[in-house]
Amino acid sequence: MYTLKTFMAAVAILVSSVFTSNPGYKIGDAASDFSLMGISGKKVSLSDYKNAKGYIVIFTCNTCPYAIAYEDRIEALHKKYASKGYPVIAIMPNNPAVQPGDSMEAMKVRAKEKGFTFPYLMDEGQKIYPQYGATKTPHVYVLQKTSKGNEVKYIGAIDDNYQDVAAVNTKYVENAVDALLSGNEIKEKETRAIGCTIKV
Amino acid sequence: MGKIGFILLLLFLSCKNESKSTDRLSANEQNETLKKGDEKATASTPFDLEVYDFEGLEPFLTTNSDKTYVVNFWATWCAPCIKEMPYFEKLNSNYADKKVEVIFVSLDFPNKYDSNLKPFIKDQNLKSKVIALNDTDSNTWIPKISEDWSGAIPATLIFNKDKRQFYEQSFTYGELETEVKQFLK
Repeated sequence: MYTLKTFMAAVAILVSSVFTSNPGYKIGDAASDFSLMGISGKKVSLSDYKNAKGYIVIFTCNTCPYAIAYEDRIEALHKKYASKGYPVIAIMPNNPAVQPGDSMEAMKVRAKEKGFTFPYLMDEGQKIYPQYGATKTPHVYVLQKTSKGNEVKYIGAIDDNYQDVAAVNTKYVENAVDALLSGNEIKEKETRAIGCTIKV
Repeated sequence: MGKIGFILLLLFLSCKNESKSTDRLSANEQNETLKKGDEKATASTPFDLEVYDFEGLEPFLTTNSDKTYVVNFWATWCAPCIKEMPYFEKLNSNYADKKVEVIFVSLDFPNKYDSNLKPFIKDQNLKSKVIALNDTDSNTWIPKISEDWSGAIPATLIFNKDKRQFYEQSFTYGELETEVKQFLK
């Protein structure tokens, strides 16, 4: 009886882990490229960036308060790291039919207001974010070009304080990219933050 | 850090003396928090919102009693959260006699408490308990609530003294009822 119980418990755990596990990328996986329409009116792919050493792929949007809180910091990341070989590639994963504030038109308006200089792309048909395993905005994937392809090196939050940039203690993404640039091991490869569910 | 002080004061006043953090307050800090408490009391807010950091929230996430708790993480700006709130309210009312209690944990930003959160609680006439979590170090506390939580909301934790289960998903009333019944067996 006891073993049956143990067995049932094991089955329950197995079943629940199958249902809850996120099918997206893990650290070390090779991320797929994409071709998504951007606010510039042109399609953008990772492979367009011939000289890049990697990418800071950020799933973000216009409408989520957490994403809005990070807009300036996303632009700052691009300003700091694009010239070092790690441009920001922002992808808007929400369904604009559900979230009209995230339409391509609204993305263009917001990018102009905020002076975004990074590509801001629409995940049309919502096919890319599930491949990455993004669940929320903002959600960051730092990729490095390696022999494997675009290897996932960091997944998670931008830093540890969404409310107040002046009170940030740890800049997770900067630390990760700095480590990649200097050939060191990334200390925190995965972090978590509250964000808005991607609207399907 | 004044907010944390105020939270500790709330804990202190509500006799949650098992909270070790209260014991750590120096006399000086207690004066400081009391002062802040007085200021708060004189402010013309319609009601006082209970605001906690994660340490303050933890006592709400565990129980030795025979109750089942349904803790829902939400925010006023989160549309799917607002959509499912009536189901939690209904559950709280329909299952009160089965010792089920719903607690709404708001993740609204502190600068929206007065402008958005408090008016929402009042306008919706929420009957379930509402508290606010203000703790920016989410990388530390999210995995403590559940290793399975990516950080997206809505998210819900159901637990009693024997069992706990975390859900990063939206609920219908039927789905919620089905889950809660698992805890009442």
